Amino acid sequence: MKKLVSLPDYCLACGMCAIYCSAAHAGSELDVVKAFKQGPPPPALVVEKSEMTAQAAVCRHCEVPYCLAGCIAGAISKDPQTGVVTCDQGKCVGCWTCVAACPYGAITVRSWKGERARAYKCDLCRGISEVPMCVKHCPNEALLWQEIEGEGQYEKNRRAF
Amino acid sequence: MALSLLQPEFVVERDEERCIGCRICEGQCANGVHVWSEEDQKIKTDSSNCVNCHRCVAMCPTRAIKVSASSLRFRTNFNWSDRAIYEIYQQAETGQVLLTGMGNDREYPVYWDRLLLNACQVTNPSIDPLREPMEVKMFIGSKPDRLVFEDGRLKTSLPPQLELELPVMFSAMSLGSISLNVHRALARAAASEGTFYNTGEGGLHPELRKYGQHTIVQVASGRFGVDVDYLATGAAIEIKIGQGAKPGIGGHLPGAKVSRQISETRMIPEGTDAISPAPHHDIYSIEDLKQLVYSLKEATRYQKPVGVKIAAVHNVAAIASGIARAGADFIVIDGYRGGTGAAPLRIRDNVGIPIEFALASVDRRLRAEGIRHRLSLIAAGSIRNSADVVKAIALGADAVYIGTAALIAVGCHMCQKCYTGKCNWGIATQDPWLVKRVNPEVAYRRLVNLLRAWKHEIKEMLGGMGINSLDSLRSNRLMLRAINLSDREREILGVLAAGE
Repeated sequence: MKKLVSLPDYCLACGMCAIYCSAAHAGSELDVVKAFKQGPPPPALVVEKSEMTAQAAVCRHCEVPYCLAGCIAGAISKDPQTGVVTCDQGKCVGCWTCVAACPYGAITVRSWKGERARAYKCDLCRGISEVPMCVKHCPNEALLWQEIEGEGQYEKNRRAF
Repeated sequence: MALSLLQPEFVVERDEERCIGCRICEGQCANGVHVWSEEDQKIKTDSSNCVNCHRCVAMCPTRAIKVSASSLRFRTNFNWSDRAIYEIYQQAETGQVLLTGMGNDREYPVYWDRLLLNACQVTNPSIDPLREPMEVKMFIGSKPDRLVFEDGRLKTSLPPQLELELPVMFSAMSLGSISLNVHRALARAAASEGTFYNTGEGGLHPELRKYGQHTIVQVASGRFGVDVDYLATGAAIEIKIGQGAKPGIGGHLPGAKVSRQISETRMIPEGTDAISPAPHHDIYSIEDLKQLVYSLKEATRYQKPVGVKIAAVHNVAAIASGIARAGADFIVIDGYRGGTGAAPLRIRDNVGIPIEFALASVDRRLRAEGIRHRLSLIAAGSIRNSADVVKAIALGADAVYIGTAALIAVGCHMCQKCYTGKCNWGIATQDPWLVKRVNPEVAYRRLVNLLRAWKHEIKEMLGGMGINSLDSLRSNRLMLRAINLSDREREILGVLAAGE
């Protein structure tokens, strides 16, 4: 299946991916200003930055997702057809188990609009856009949208050069 | 501390209605113009350090930022311009030589824009390059005095040649002045489009040796990174005597920029200043130059063309004649608009002559002496578009070098602050966070697009003139007409006036 590939060599930690992730899930991709003035949902990815490097920690939609196995509320599911792992916000209880279970640090738990905290995770922009918004708007092509067969192929794709 | 009299050159304005406080501008500005205020929970802007590079403008997801020139002016004075006054304030405050980057930006005439190309009408057919073959290949190297054939086969052995799929090469920009990511993109684009890039004087990074067949290696006065493997790896060797932006001046890469990577390619200790002397200390005459040309030829078994790069200066035609006689296979002439990573402002803006005149006079001189075929002529120093390329060839060039145009393709915004090492576009810097901003994959694609676009345009212009091979245009000044030039200028260029 097509997945997100993050390239630390070219990630600037600018946060553009997170901004467009939020704006897109607020339902107003083309009007970032409107989305942010209204307070958009938290981004479903985490931009990590250290002194040495930076990377957008994005969901890999694992073959065997630990987050799904750990979910105590049955909120996380994997679509058998598409392979996309999503979180049903209605069922999520905000227990942080998925955050602890995710080996890639791609899930966050946040409170939005004063409601109780829930898990926010990548849905590959299904129903929003053909190409995920983070990939579309990454200014340096540090996020790619590639066909990935199996987990091992990730390492091969990390270096473009 | 006494009051500084310098005022901000630019004003950064933020549309508070559109700003979402995402802090991208803060992270992208290496000059600290945008700073997040925790107290006010918004971005504060300090225009005084803005260099007008547009990085924040381009990266702002809501287009909330605008940069404009400050409207603050001194009392109008034709003689004492604002620039002249501020330069004096700056020197009075620092006591330093003024530095700058990129090429001469003064209001001297651009002679390319005073030359017009010809086209066919009625009496001779124009050619449609989409339907008919069009040759834009060029060969760089010395050509024999005559060709001898025996039984229909060429008997003369040809000196080594560089085969160019289009007459545009990437000029010398050293690793140090620009980042490795830019070098990666230049090398890959040159290889993919059948042309060449030049290492500049900073040596060749081991990772780029695989592009050796598309690399011209430079030997400059500092001799950085030069060993026999370096010479053997390149497709051609260029001896750098001078460059258009700073004729007669050497180079100085501060120790702070000599990182491990740079120290390895330059073959000098980490953290030491890399000084390129103004002259080569073993070249004080054409005879000395000849020794170096032949030393390099000997070291590479006469398998590679060896050329010489000089800045366009007053006596350029005589110097070029000497270089031809020193055995060079090609000569590069760099006009006064040529770019640089750092140069003293007064030198950049006041030394040298336009490439158009230098090119025309060198071509004519070599022809008059009957030695034009002995070496190829490469023009450099602000070739801005494909029309400039065509005009350069009509004035006698075999090919051109582009440096600034290539960097602009990669993202340079011509803020002229290369010498600070804080290039916000990740080009003229070695800061590990800034160099990431050039993704070589993206830069490579943009360079390839530029070369392909120019190649199409060159073919269109040739077709319009009814010429189907670029070779037939070389030095064909009948294809040029001058507009707004004096008789003397036209005489030097060898071009008739429009209407003649």
